[in-house]
Amino acid sequence: MKKSVFLGTLAIAGAVAGYASAQDGGTLAQVQERGTLNCGVTTGLTGFAAPDANGEWQGFDVGVCRAVAAAVLGDPSAVEFVPTTGQTRFTALASGEIDLLARNTTWTFSRDVDLAFEFVGVNYYDGQGFMVPRELGVSSALELDGATVCIQTGTTTELNLADFFSSNNMSYEPVPIETNAEAQQQYLAGACDVYTTDASGLAATRATFEDPTAHVVLPEIVSKEPLGPLVRHGDNEWGDIVRWTLNALISAEELGVTSANVGEIGSSTENPEIRRLLGTEGELGAMLGLEADWAANAIAAGGNYGELFEGNIGEATPIGLARGLNAQWTDGGLLYSPPFR
Amino acid sequence: MATLTDPPQPSFHFSQLIYDTRYRSLTIQVVAFILIMWGLFELVTNAIQNLSALGKDFDFGFLGNRAGYDINQRLIEYSNDSTHGRAAFVGILNTLLVAFLGCVFATILGVIAGVLRLSKNWIVGRLMTVYVEGFRNIPLLLWIIVIFAVMTEGMPQPRDFRGEDAEASMILGQSVAVTNRGVYIPNVVFTRSLGGNEMSEAADGVPAAVIPAVSFGDWALFLVALIGGIVVSGIIGRWGKAKQEATGIRPPGLFWMRAASVVLPATLVLIALGVTLDYPELRGFNFTGGVHLRNSLIALWFALSLYTGAFIAEIVRAGIMSVSKGQTEASSALGMRASWTMNLVVLPQAMRVIIPPLISQYLNLTKNSSLALAVGYMDVRSTLGGITINQTGRELEGMLLLGAFYLATSLIISAVMNVYNNSVKLKER
Repeated sequence: MKKSVFLGTLAIAGAVAGYASAQDGGTLAQVQERGTLNCGVTTGLTGFAAPDANGEWQGFDVGVCRAVAAAVLGDPSAVEFVPTTGQTRFTALASGEIDLLARNTTWTFSRDVDLAFEFVGVNYYDGQGFMVPRELGVSSALELDGATVCIQTGTTTELNLADFFSSNNMSYEPVPIETNAEAQQQYLAGACDVYTTDASGLAATRATFEDPTAHVVLPEIVSKEPLGPLVRHGDNEWGDIVRWTLNALISAEELGVTSANVGEIGSSTENPEIRRLLGTEGELGAMLGLEADWAANAIAAGGNYGELFEGNIGEATPIGLARGLNAQWTDGGLLYSPPFR
Repeated sequence: MATLTDPPQPSFHFSQLIYDTRYRSLTIQVVAFILIMWGLFELVTNAIQNLSALGKDFDFGFLGNRAGYDINQRLIEYSNDSTHGRAAFVGILNTLLVAFLGCVFATILGVIAGVLRLSKNWIVGRLMTVYVEGFRNIPLLLWIIVIFAVMTEGMPQPRDFRGEDAEASMILGQSVAVTNRGVYIPNVVFTRSLGGNEMSEAADGVPAAVIPAVSFGDWALFLVALIGGIVVSGIIGRWGKAKQEATGIRPPGLFWMRAASVVLPATLVLIALGVTLDYPELRGFNFTGGVHLRNSLIALWFALSLYTGAFIAEIVRAGIMSVSKGQTEASSALGMRASWTMNLVVLPQAMRVIIPPLISQYLNLTKNSSLALAVGYMDVRSTLGGITINQTGRELEGMLLLGAFYLATSLIISAVMNVYNNSVKLKER
């Protein structure tokens, strides 16, 4: 008995020491050694991240994960998708369970500074909206006084909702929900009058309804929600890789590099920026600690930003989101990648 | 004169620490203690190192910051301008509320089911077996979700109550509305309130105070009257007993005197305060007025009670069966009725077997209430351990506080129940 206590203590102490030493080395080295990228996504939001009929994860955020995996490991399928809820996502990232969080997460001051994360950019400019059943006859969010509102807990929408209602001197009854799927079920059962989340999420959710036309998204957008991928604070090397992979996707669209022509355009073009981007000229890949064709791999994985957008959430899909703010700066949008130089 | 020689001093060798059975156990304990302390130290320093590597400090200051989120069920005044600390307190009260309601209901259910399971009536006995085995052997989380889903999917929406030929109507004389957002019941309000009423005045400015703020002064007065009545009733009872023992005659109308002393003062206070009922009424999107028992509360309360009740039923059955059959036979031989036998002979003896495992069932129920998360009930796990941690990023601090709260609650419940256990346990002289 006494001996087992002694041995148990030794074992615990050993495990602690072992765990402490396993934390050494940067995220890049860990990912390369593991051979897969652990990427945090939503538990299921059609168009952004959801498993398809074959169990393959598909979506706009999934595209970012695959691009990073292709850039780092050369294989867009070397991704382990970790579904996270609004409440578990930050703990999962902070604890090292995932290397990258691409889960339509809003970039805010406190998350960047106080929670010690690093937002590497914005892949979707969004705002919070409200959806109500058409038969309620509501045409403005200002008519929602006294309504019951379904809301995902642990999100910025929760805080915006509180601010919106109190600043307009209206009351409401919050129904806290853990995942988008639960919210959808509660909303359709009529347990809440209103569902509020990012406008893109509302469109994606409505697209999966049996009768999408029976529900309206109200015109008010009550907040700024810049959604983007994020990594842990402190590992700047890894943060640079994810940041510039996202920038590569955006630049590729601007420069006309697509998944169809990425194979040959690098050698055939005279444009020096494309040549630098695709690694046929310069040492950009080596500066990141990656292969020269990192960006070409990332673009080949799912296409450039525009292809990812149109393929997953664009106007041709059931979700039918217009580019709007998410157009290139040359088209009047906000997407603006720093130069590859 | 005798010469005393000193007894030979036993010389001490270090090897004795291992080979001498007198010292060996001590040696091992000291070594184990040092190793455990060292292990704990490593764990703590590891946590501190990793936190500082992440750029986080260890600080409870976040409890004083503005929370910014709303809570639907709140027993005290709270708005999104309140602090995280207050949000945690609202959550604590919600946890305690559902734990208290659950313990009361589970005990009632468990005692009835436990006694009925021993019934000689085949159907009653089997029905209780089905209840006990059904609830004991299916995970609690499933029951919570099932009850919640039945309430949400099966009940009418508030707007179904509207119009001339409404699809749904209120029950119990238009006083109770069962909707898929919860059950609305009438609320007791005082029209001539004493004014000791800061709660409800403050709550007027706060939107959607959902459990209507109660006037504490009025209820305190009512409680004082009620408790006073019970004390007077006790005094009358003792006077009656003394008189009966002295004269052999029980004073006539003793029961009515005792009943009146309890009911009359309390009723008078209620009438003086102008008590009336505030009925729920469909207005706008939802019912307003009355008390709103949310689906999440109902699902959690019923599921916890039914589940724990099944265990308590088995504990009660075991307690009753532990009382020897001779006791029942002896009391029958004395001419006692079956109900007296149960209440005066069997149950008091069964109590000492029932209480200790009952304590752990209460503790289980309280801790299981943290499954509230599944149905969005805003208990302390959802406020402090959920939204607050998420908004502030203070996982370690939040979880430590949460752990401390559950530990303290469990120890208090267990201490109170131990006091009760001491009063019913077998007195050995």
